[in-house]
Amino acid sequence: MLRLRERLARSGSIGRGILTLLTRGAVDEDTWDEIEETLLLADLGPDATDELMEALRRRIQVLGTDDAAAVREVLREELVTLVNPDLDRRLAATVRTAPDGTEVPSVILMVGVNGTGKTTTVGKLARVLVAAERTVVLGAADTFRAAAADQLATWGSRVGVDTVRADRDGADPAAVAFDAVKEGVAQGVDVVIIDTAGRLQNKKGLMDQLGKVRRVAEKGLHGDTVAEVLLVIDATTGQNGMQQARVFSEAVNITGIVLTKLDGTAKGGIVVNVQRELGVPVKMVGLGEGMDDLTPFDAYGFVDALLGD
Amino acid sequence: MFNNLSDRITASLKGLRGHGRLTEADVDKTIREIRRALLDADVAVSVVREFTGRVRERALGEEVSKALNPAQQVVKIVHSELVEVLGGATGELSWAKHPPTVIMLAGLQGAGKTTLAGKLATWMKGQGHTPLLVAADLQRPNAVGQLQIVGERAGVPVFAPEPGNGVGNPVLVAMNGVSTAQFQQHDVVIVDTAGRLGIDEEMMQQAREIRDAVNPHETLFVVDAMIGQDAARVAEAFRDGVGFTGVVLSKLDGDARGGAALSITGVTERPILFASTGESLDDFERFHPDRMANRILDMGDVLTLIEQAEKAFDQKEAERAAQKLASGEDFTLDDFLVQMQQLKNMGSIKKMLGMLPNMGQYREQLENFDESELGRVEAIIRSMTPAERNDPKILNGSRRSRIAKGSGTTVQQVNQLLERFKQAQTMMRQMGRGMAGGGMPGMPGGPGMGMGKKSRGKAQQQPRVKKAKSKNPAKAAREQAEAAKRAAEGAGSGGSAFGAGALGSGGKGGAGQGAMPDLSDFDASQLPPEMQKLFGQGR
Repeated sequence: MLRLRERLARSGSIGRGILTLLTRGAVDEDTWDEIEETLLLADLGPDATDELMEALRRRIQVLGTDDAAAVREVLREELVTLVNPDLDRRLAATVRTAPDGTEVPSVILMVGVNGTGKTTTVGKLARVLVAAERTVVLGAADTFRAAAADQLATWGSRVGVDTVRADRDGADPAAVAFDAVKEGVAQGVDVVIIDTAGRLQNKKGLMDQLGKVRRVAEKGLHGDTVAEVLLVIDATTGQNGMQQARVFSEAVNITGIVLTKLDGTAKGGIVVNVQRELGVPVKMVGLGEGMDDLTPFDAYGFVDALLGD
Repeated sequence: MFNNLSDRITASLKGLRGHGRLTEADVDKTIREIRRALLDADVAVSVVREFTGRVRERALGEEVSKALNPAQQVVKIVHSELVEVLGGATGELSWAKHPPTVIMLAGLQGAGKTTLAGKLATWMKGQGHTPLLVAADLQRPNAVGQLQIVGERAGVPVFAPEPGNGVGNPVLVAMNGVSTAQFQQHDVVIVDTAGRLGIDEEMMQQAREIRDAVNPHETLFVVDAMIGQDAARVAEAFRDGVGFTGVVLSKLDGDARGGAALSITGVTERPILFASTGESLDDFERFHPDRMANRILDMGDVLTLIEQAEKAFDQKEAERAAQKLASGEDFTLDDFLVQMQQLKNMGSIKKMLGMLPNMGQYREQLENFDESELGRVEAIIRSMTPAERNDPKILNGSRRSRIAKGSGTTVQQVNQLLERFKQAQTMMRQMGRGMAGGGMPGMPGGPGMGMGKKSRGKAQQQPRVKKAKSKNPAKAAREQAEAAKRAAEGAGSGGSAFGAGALGSGGKGGAGQGAMPDLSDFDASQLPPEMQKLFGQGR
């Protein structure tokens, strides 16, 4: 967690900025505008920013203070409320019992738009699970992008798990997903992670295909459902992230978000909106290209990092 | 809910008409709306501030307060400022005097560099160049493999001496790539590099080393169109770190508004050269500043609509329908069905209509429109026998109740459909006559602007239909571009020059739903039946 804060704080923080502004003395309209802009800079989006601003204004008025510590505390509280630490952020990763009594693995489906880091996240997640002594099978259902299956297989061999893949490019991704699930059931592993091709959410046909991948994968699960559908969002994504979450949620009912590339200067504030509107929690964050750069999401840590403690 | 800037500004200046002049407070209110619209589109805060400052200055000037419709005028100012910032920065690739021209790609992870390398190579090949791809991304697992496959698909050789996955020196690879190109007489070298963060000093240093080793004529910064506020920071970091000469916007086929384009040109003043708009290797085009401005403002994108229509419509089918019509044959329910299906091929009708400018005012009705209604109509027609489809007159009570049963609807609904069909048929007959006798009517151009609204409606109806049938995409595009321009400039006439014609002419192929009403004269009685239904007024 220390690393998360460190990396988030690297580029300066909205918390410090706001604080300096707030404690300048009398808080005038210009200052509020500047605070607003600072929040917007974190990609929080106009709606969440408005909400936060209003709450902050009210609380500051009530407190009648421009004391640094108090203001800081208020802001932190408001941000924590927005991020909501009470959401269940656990990841299903154990053998489950299907309705017909068969033991089946937890199936995790990775979805997202192009270039957010799905394949890399699958690799890192496999690594984390292996470290936690879980058995894993990977499914390379990205049959579209050139060499995506190779990329996943490379990750698989690095962490020492099997990768189920199609024998050719352009195969039916649903079939690969099904094979991966079947292989997972046969091997009796804990988790099957299925990597899918990146797709823009406004491509109707591709979104339908994703629904099919999910349905077909479930056919191999003896009546059980896919345990987790994780939407991978790039921290640099702006307001379009909201639309991504909405549409993917409609298509495959996402259960969690992975926020990747948080090691850059981007804050990933858009996930606050996503959580607020869809109630889907951020479960993990990706902090870089290294094997171990995947950590569980911690609401307090996220906010503290934003505030730069 | 206001969806686009145009709506917002109109709303914020409502009630102003009474007292004509714009006060400073009015302008402030408008500026706030503009600011918010830009922020919604992910334009960087600093750029927004500067931009709104400029708009404010112009808005306070003469041109607005004297305008008949201040709201439209403000929108026009915003639009032209946007085009200026975006378009003032378009440019050309600079080619080397002595080949090979070296192009280096740089950007964040997942921006789409490798894919773009393939697209760029395909594009260059199409222009008669002989590009060589150099695989200098040795970081990401199998990036080299990906580039090899991309190169194979593009039919372009790939220089990949190192396997990648962390093995090998990208600087050496890039250098050898260029000398190989010289040796093999390739006139363009495209160097694909690993994705890197602007704050990763080590990687930026590596990028600089690659740059110094190959001495690129162009360094293209590839950036994802959906990037948010970080765009400005990242662009600055790359400008200072590697020093790019041009920008490529990727994933523009998504539905992100792409304010990043403005952020980047605003902050770095480097031209945006290309846009990457899809998954296949030829989804690659030059950057169009005006389209981007429309997109950022969410002001409707007629050109995109036309392009979609061209993709979806079956040329042969349209020609067949046109021939049929010209030969004086009757328009049957089968034709009706075919047209409806083509319309459906274009995707969501709601979305399509939303792309038309000035549709904001009907947004609520649009929201209420039930797309499954089309499915019902289809079901009804499909429940008819071929004989009935050819000649609906034979439909008596018992046939109608059978059809209603077969399609899961009611006799009333069947009757309604038939009534609407009859209207459409009459219209088509008129058109058929017009075509047979009229030769090639002139394009509606300048004179149309001068006419009264009613006469204009009539005057335009025929030529537009004719065009729809001739299905000449180039002509349609030209006409629409003109119409769109007029709409944008039509502050005085409230954009009335632009009707729903885009949907009709570019869109419908056979013009099954008939006439193209003028949106500003929006009146249910003028609308063709399907359009009426669209707005829930026909029911």
